[in-house]
Amino acid sequence: MAAEIEPIVGRYIHLRMGGRPYRVYFEEAGKGIPLVCLHTAGSDTRQYRHLMTDPAVTEHYRVLAFDLPWHGKSTPPPGWHEEEYRLTTEAYAGAVMGFCRALELDRPVVMGCSMGGRIVIPLAAEYGKELRAVIGLEAGYQVQPWFDNTWLHHPDVHGGEICAARVSGLMAPQSPEETRWETLWGYMQSGPGVFKGDLYFYFQRAEADFHGYMARIDTKVCPVYLLAGEYDYSCTPEDTQRTGTHIQGSEVIIMKEMGHFPMSENPDHFRSYILPVLEKIRTRE
Amino acid sequence: MIAKLPELVNGDERLVWRGRFLAVDFLVEVGDIPYYVSIQSGRITSVDRGPFPMRPWRFAVRATAEAWEKLWESVPQPGYTDILGVMKRGEARIEGDLQPLIANLRYFKEVLAAPRRLKGGV
Repeated sequence: MAAEIEPIVGRYIHLRMGGRPYRVYFEEAGKGIPLVCLHTAGSDTRQYRHLMTDPAVTEHYRVLAFDLPWHGKSTPPPGWHEEEYRLTTEAYAGAVMGFCRALELDRPVVMGCSMGGRIVIPLAAEYGKELRAVIGLEAGYQVQPWFDNTWLHHPDVHGGEICAARVSGLMAPQSPEETRWETLWGYMQSGPGVFKGDLYFYFQRAEADFHGYMARIDTKVCPVYLLAGEYDYSCTPEDTQRTGTHIQGSEVIIMKEMGHFPMSENPDHFRSYILPVLEKIRTRE
Repeated sequence: MIAKLPELVNGDERLVWRGRFLAVDFLVEVGDIPYYVSIQSGRITSVDRGPFPMRPWRFAVRATAEAWEKLWESVPQPGYTDILGVMKRGEARIEGDLQPLIANLRYFKEVLAAPRRLKGGV
């Protein structure tokens, strides 16, 4: 019997961001419209492995995902051991656009989840002409803090265990046990302080900035799709609805029996929501 | 339901194993009824219904009776999948010295949701 080998290919690219050199890991599969996928805080590209092995997606899309510096198989910058990692809007947007430009992607679709869903808002506002569409999963322009995140990087607590335990309840009870636990396995592996540093961006009070971004988005140039799982109590469906009302022409889709990690906690169920969106984007032109 | 925690927890070998380094006394309040729960090596050694004035505890988890019932539904509604979700809704409070709770968060979330199993949940 032939070995089962997935079509996903992983490589490394060297990028300069904010004047510093980075070795960035990325994966891709498929041919067609570039679809750049952004993982959640404290995790990595493995969250998109199901999307990348779905022929219904890869038939029309070149699906790419990169590990943000400090995450997965991307290295932190030289000197990381003497600094506290903190993600900012500028650094995050710069990393995404730097990756797209370095690979000379032609008007990619950018899809991100959670913090990746939040960053698509400034991306659509600032770089809408370079993008074909953005998809925000569990994307709120301002979510409310509910946990003391200092515990995520604290010598009295095991980092991997607490990162996973903090997010486990954000998934829907209907999602399969196997994929829920694989999602948590990803959370158990980030470097010390990385999840906390990502959440600095995710929870940062920047309502004025984000109101500016949302008002500037032209959805005729760069359509915006916002998908929210009903079981996500971090970025609630109400948070996503509120974001949608501020982005004129955006489309909000509430996913039943789904939580904060749609692409990895229940990939089969996610297909029923994401495939029509990808079809809409593809046939729009 | 809280009174059933010893049988629910101590009969679950893997759950006890996850709490194997734990020795702690904590308070659970269901509405205005306090329960003092003692844990040794991941096993629940006692659950005492209070009040017991001046009895100390490391941390307290307090929620309305309605919120606990919703947490314990076999398939919980959105917002009630774990105690942190109930807290975010403003229907639970977690107070005191949280280090043992946070260092064993998966264990405590499973302990506090264990009555779900009496209703066929997991």
